[in-house]
Amino acid sequence: MEQMQEHTVRSYSEELRRLREMIVRMGGLAERQVADAALALVRHDTDLAAEVVQRDAAIDALEREVEAFCIRILALRQPVGADLRLIVACLKICHGLERIGDYARNAAKRSIVLAELPAFGSLNGFQRMARMVQANLKDAIDALVNDDAAKADEVWANDEPVDEIYNGIFREMLTFMMEDPRNITAATHLLFVAKNLERIGDHATNIAETVHYAVRGESLPDDRPKADMSASAVVRPLG
Amino acid sequence: MSATAATKEIQPATSGFGGLQAKSSAALSANARVAIRNLDFFYGDNRALKAINLDLPDRQVTGMIGPSGCGKSTLLRVLNRMYSLYPGQRATGEVLMDGQNIIGPDVETNELRSKIGMVFQKPTPFPMTIYENIAFGVRLHEKLPKAKMDERVEWALSRAAIWGEVKDRLHTSALGLSGGQQQRLCIARSIAVRPEVILLDEPTSALDPISTSKIEELIDELKRDFTIAIVTHNMQQAARCADQVAFFYLGELVEVAPAAQLFTAPRHPKTQEYITGRFG
Repeated sequence: MEQMQEHTVRSYSEELRRLREMIVRMGGLAERQVADAALALVRHDTDLAAEVVQRDAAIDALEREVEAFCIRILALRQPVGADLRLIVACLKICHGLERIGDYARNAAKRSIVLAELPAFGSLNGFQRMARMVQANLKDAIDALVNDDAAKADEVWANDEPVDEIYNGIFREMLTFMMEDPRNITAATHLLFVAKNLERIGDHATNIAETVHYAVRGESLPDDRPKADMSASAVVRPLG
Repeated sequence: MSATAATKEIQPATSGFGGLQAKSSAALSANARVAIRNLDFFYGDNRALKAINLDLPDRQVTGMIGPSGCGKSTLLRVLNRMYSLYPGQRATGEVLMDGQNIIGPDVETNELRSKIGMVFQKPTPFPMTIYENIAFGVRLHEKLPKAKMDERVEWALSRAAIWGEVKDRLHTSALGLSGGQQQRLCIARSIAVRPEVILLDEPTSALDPISTSKIEELIDELKRDFTIAIVTHNMQQAARCADQVAFFYLGELVEVAPAAQLFTAPRHPKTQEYITGRFG
């Protein structure tokens, strides 16, 4: 972790600080959306789910704000070196956070439908998955704020457990559907919720990758550790 | 005792910043037009350049950046031996061009300067006609019949992208030209003697943005035929014009890298601080 000294032009330093703050605010909002979406699902809390859906607009607005601010700095300061990398990283990260917000909103919408349907199985896996991706997201944003490439690398290498829970849920849902076709509606919605959380996890690792580049000036290798097997998973009926 | 001596021998020949010295640009030396090796330069007792190793690759633009007093202009002055006009200034090490050490004692400076042209910060037209500004330098090195000289003058002015603007007033005073035109005239004058290397010391710092763009466009044109080194305080200019950029600080070459790399991901923290405007 190395903090650079201030710019000779203080207002420029001030702008870069403000940019980081905007990303922190956006990251905080996205984290909360993920947490609340999971909570709404587990508790069958349709009010909370509706709040999550509604709050997504704030993330979208922040994305536009970050974008406009980055373009302004690019035009007026002609940044280079680490400053340029930070600004480009923030541009990419704000898109990632906006996508994360969309996935959380989608999960919340589905939880409203799910609250009307008969419950089955346990939703613990969802809760755990949400906590993991939320932690990864928080660490990725912290890594950006503190110029901490090592922390970003940890997040980047830490998506496998998320994938593993996702695989488990995938198999579980297929099983429920085979057991009783009346489960299909709920199980399908739950599959999408799981997929949403899994995608949020992927975006968190993308953000970590971007932070690594911003801090170090070099890209991480292409082959990130992954464990999502659902694309090739088959569950056969017994007998 | 001998162990101590051996240890001393492998110490790198740098001072001041331990390890700040850039790695020798050996990777580029395959096509080096000018190879600077272990160059030190002194103004009296003041060591203004410290163990510089740098290649100017053939037909490429090398940008030199760094805060005032870092030695970048001094380096240009060494490259065409301008310093040898002044007593008390001396260079040690080697500057190799065509296998010859051009800072060696037996080098004929007039001949050297026809191979290595220089353009300064402020346009320095001679108080003569436009035509004579170009022809004057050529006559020092070559005897050309009138028709050949006319051709040469046109060639130089065309290459310097000013022919169209002056062809109808060749025999009027060069002092009547605008600043940007005067600077292009000076570039024409330096290429008229067909040098191999052109050194530009802040060639656009006295010019407006349009004239600056014209000079930058010209540099891009000229690098097809010439090896160019440009000293500039304008970092964006170095980014726009240069193929490789060298960052100097307190007489040392801190880092040399392709422009795109140096301005996106510089390796040295000092470079980082300088290019992003954190000191200097």
